[in-house]
Amino acid sequence: MTVEVSLPYDKEYVTQFSNGLNEPDWMQSLRLKALEKSESLSLPKPDKTNIQGWNFTEFKHYVEGETIDSLDRLPEEIQDFLDQEENKNLVIQRNHTPAFGALNEQLKEQGVVFTDIHTALREHGELVEKYYMNDAVHMDEHRLTALHAALMNGGIFLYVPKNVQIEEPLQAIFWQEDPEASLINHILVVAEENSSVTYVENYVSNNKEEKTSANIVAEVIAKDGAKVSFGAVDNFEVGTTVYANRRGVAYRDAVIEWALGQMNEGNTVSENITHLIGDNSHSNAKTVAIGRGQQKQNFTANITHFGKGSDGYILQHGVMKDKASAIFNGIGKIEHGASKSNAEQESRVLMLSKDARGDANPILLIDEDDVTAGHAASVGRVDPIQLYYLMSRGISRFEAERLIIHGFLAPVVNQLPVEAVKRQLTQVIERKVY
Amino acid sequence: MAGSTLEIKDLHVEIEGQEILKGVNLTINGGEFHAVMGPNGTGKSTLASAVMGHPKYEVTKGEILLDGENVLEMEVDERAQAGLFLAMQYPSEISGVTNSDFLRSAINAHREEGDEISLMKFIKEMDSKMDTLEMDKNMAQRYLNEGFSGGEKKRNEILQLMMVQPAIAILDEIDSGLDIDALKVVSKGINEMRNDAFGCLIITHYQRLLNYITPDKVHVMMQGRVVKSGGPELAQRLEEEGYEWIKEELGIEDETVGQKA
Repeated sequence: MTVEVSLPYDKEYVTQFSNGLNEPDWMQSLRLKALEKSESLSLPKPDKTNIQGWNFTEFKHYVEGETIDSLDRLPEEIQDFLDQEENKNLVIQRNHTPAFGALNEQLKEQGVVFTDIHTALREHGELVEKYYMNDAVHMDEHRLTALHAALMNGGIFLYVPKNVQIEEPLQAIFWQEDPEASLINHILVVAEENSSVTYVENYVSNNKEEKTSANIVAEVIAKDGAKVSFGAVDNFEVGTTVYANRRGVAYRDAVIEWALGQMNEGNTVSENITHLIGDNSHSNAKTVAIGRGQQKQNFTANITHFGKGSDGYILQHGVMKDKASAIFNGIGKIEHGASKSNAEQESRVLMLSKDARGDANPILLIDEDDVTAGHAASVGRVDPIQLYYLMSRGISRFEAERLIIHGFLAPVVNQLPVEAVKRQLTQVIERKVY
Repeated sequence: MAGSTLEIKDLHVEIEGQEILKGVNLTINGGEFHAVMGPNGTGKSTLASAVMGHPKYEVTKGEILLDGENVLEMEVDERAQAGLFLAMQYPSEISGVTNSDFLRSAINAHREEGDEISLMKFIKEMDSKMDTLEMDKNMAQRYLNEGFSGGEKKRNEILQLMMVQPAIAILDEIDSGLDIDALKVVSKGINEMRNDAFGCLIITHYQRLLNYITPDKVHVMMQGRVVKSGGPELAQRLEEEGYEWIKEELGIEDETVGQKA
């Protein structure tokens, strides 16, 4: 039995909320339109996972957080994400308050914008309007995108002007400090022609008992010849139900790389879709995930080819233990006209207990003759022959299994740009698996 | 230092219900190099795998003792810690685990907790052994055996042998797929191990490896048993005359074992 819980937020609330943030008119009208839509649209239907009873509507919508004067005063769990040397390109969002923000002066002078979404709406409203829920994700796709648009309460705007190549990574930390605060974050990354940027984000919360929901949309726009490397470690606690939608659009010769460590403890629906619009565009979408306890998760990675000679590679590696279940959908789609394109994917699930469930569904949808495509999928236990090999060198069964599992999840760990984030993800993996 | 003794007594081994070894007897003492030769399909690799404890091989009868301790009661890692080592014919590829991390875990597994090898010392030792084996230094940072060529895998097995320094090593067809230059390099590494404590069992069906590594004793396997033993001159005769004369001498028609008709 499912009960439709109606949203405790109405037109009046949304209008006041928007006014309170001094938002541009277009934003307020988008919110109100989305709110109306959210009543009639239905929830998304991820393949093989029923999300009808999941909590997407019970949460605290707006909770202020203390601002942060000195990074030294942050609790250890947040400091863990930061490299030792001073990070000059960092935004920390605490509950719904942009609590800390820094950007290298030189990058500012070059016209780079890296700031919280509310400030961006006030200071760069026209730029945001051009891309916000236009090219990648649409407000009216289903109930959750509509709810997102209506109630968006945090996030980041990252803008890289033409020809600007940013060497150092930009980092965002989203800290759900209040156990019931709902992060409805919008991340908008726009890389203009021939620019390049590396961005990494961390989500963290502590709510084991209290219930809330996160609704995250990230849009990445890579113009001709641009390169965007997007890393994320999601680590919401068991009380948070997560909907995460990360979508990229790559134009001619553009590259979008995803490295997603999906380490949530609660029920999660995650989709990561990249549209290779331009000729010779390229995407590499890597996800690693761990499921434990009673957790139910559904991951979709989709690369859709429109441009000629476009190249897409999907990697999904999942580790399942206890009674957790997860579905990994890998979709490589080549549209008619995208000749000489290549769609590759690999989905593997490692089962650590007999009660866990894992499905790897590789799907190739090809509407063009002159292409190459391939997929590999497997679901199984730790290979006894690999264990034998490691143990034959004196390594204990426990340690051998540990090495194999860390190795299995290494494709994403190794690609994350910030050392501290790598280390932190490795610790999270260690904690979740053992 | 007298070294260790590995005793294999009347060993019978099955794989998937089919008997491959039918009573192997062999004793290897520290300081001795033994060669086990024989045509393909006579049980040589089964012997190596059974000693190390490969999960697919079941010992149905007989004993394996290392310095009097019952090896068959030990887990695979305990066998290694007791001093056994197997350079494998087909080493596993393990993605995401670097060669160097793996090697360090292997070395530390042989040491007491709190007495782990220091990073500096480890790197120094690894570098020098890699030099001996003429290995590219970037192989340390590559994933364990992943995408290695046949020759690189063999060198990597010998690198592990040299780093771990076991009491008794079994080398399973370490020469297969190696060109003559690689064979010389690998042999150099193995010969460097030679001392009066280290015992080694070299499994091969070509005599040519024994041109570079001189065995003290040579054994011939057929039909899942050791059918003939001798000194280095036995290997020489096999090189010149092949295996037919042994088959004639012993009245063996088909030397293989466990092959489906």
